[in-house]
Amino acid sequence: MKAFVALLTRDIRLAFRAGGGASLAAAFFALVSSLVPFGVGADLVLLGRIAGGILWVSAALAALLSLDRLFQADFEDGSLDVLALSPLNLEAASAAKILAHWITTGLPLVLLSPVLGLLLNLPTRAYGALIASLAIGTPALSGVGAIGAALTLSVRRGGLILALIVLPLITPALIFGASAVLDAMEDTGRGAFLFLAAFSVAAVALSPFASAAGVRLNVGG
Amino acid sequence: MMITALANPKRFLDLSRTVSPWTCALAVILLGIGFYWSLFATPPDYQQGQSVKIMFVHVPAAWMGIFIYSMMAGASLVGLVFRHPLADVAAKSAAPLGAAFTALALLTGSLWGRPMWGTYWQWGDARLVSELILLFIYLGYIALWNAIDDPVRAAKAAAVLALVGAADVPVIHFSVDWWNTLHQPASILRLGGPTIDKAFLVPLLIMIVGYTFLFLWLLLLRMQTEILERRARSLMMARGA
Repeated sequence: MKAFVALLTRDIRLAFRAGGGASLAAAFFALVSSLVPFGVGADLVLLGRIAGGILWVSAALAALLSLDRLFQADFEDGSLDVLALSPLNLEAASAAKILAHWITTGLPLVLLSPVLGLLLNLPTRAYGALIASLAIGTPALSGVGAIGAALTLSVRRGGLILALIVLPLITPALIFGASAVLDAMEDTGRGAFLFLAAFSVAAVALSPFASAAGVRLNVGG
Repeated sequence: MMITALANPKRFLDLSRTVSPWTCALAVILLGIGFYWSLFATPPDYQQGQSVKIMFVHVPAAWMGIFIYSMMAGASLVGLVFRHPLADVAAKSAAPLGAAFTALALLTGSLWGRPMWGTYWQWGDARLVSELILLFIYLGYIALWNAIDDPVRAAKAAAVLALVGAADVPVIHFSVDWWNTLHQPASILRLGGPTIDKAFLVPLLIMIVGYTFLFLWLLLLRMQTEILERRARSLMMARGA
């Protein structure tokens, strides 16, 4: 547990001190969502209706953007080999890294989302659902993303392949997340939110094992 | 027993060379009968007219897309757990075939959709949409194989991805299906329809079995090529060293 916390704080510190990790993903998230109105037009009614979807797609892209650093930097400077040899097993190490990734990218998106909702004319009654769905759904993005990041460790310029691998796998989170916001707008129940929670729990529970397998095959001999 | 015996590439090559002409012959015969029967010997549908015949190409292709992915996931599991070298070769060789069948299903699905729905693409059809996602998963899998130079490492990474995908594909299908029934107008006509008359069912089954043999033949061919390619590579490396 001590090692887990140590690794977690190390990763968070690294993200904040080197390269402005948290603000970068948040800025990207804000930028993508503010570009959409330029693409679809300034119709506030339309924007209000699709705001949940826009923010969810932007969140998925923002989470994806920072994934390549999840294991890559440690892989390149050899820290990952040390981690693989340390008493902390790789599954727990992956879980710590996933949690650190969520705290530095997922959490800022959750906090920033109401402001962007305002820009996109999201109806007032949907703010709770927007924040709750992003809070509960973004860990799944970090989890599934970590699997992709671990598998593409030895790929040079693996960013595009990472996207190709991860994006199809997270469609359920996108569908349920955007639908949860829509449900709150139209008052059509909580089904989407519950399904999103279920998907997120399963993804977070299983992803440390799959990403540890990915790391293991890349650091071992 | 059979599986461990086939871990020897030489034995596999011998066996597959005797089996593959038969699978080829069966595929040609079954597809020949199936095409004739389904295209010329079945009546046009009272609602869909001649367009219904796209179904005989579409449904088996869609079925193969799912069948091949399950086979790939099974082979990946065997490769990962038992370090079975040919399981990796099988999974690798199957992926482009699965992607091709899935692409064929998408293409024929949208061609069928044009006269039926009035558009080439209908987000309201859950099966087509989840096939599109399946195609992307196939493409990611193939890209991962190609991106990693070391074949052993590539095989393991791809196997992990195939298994993660196998856990996720049913969830994706469910989520798309759910999304459809909730937020989209339900489509009146779905490919394949709810019930199929016997006059359509028999040629459809023949087509499905024919497609399966076509896949087996192509798979054996690709696996043989892959094994020979690896042999050539190791020979070249031995000469270089």
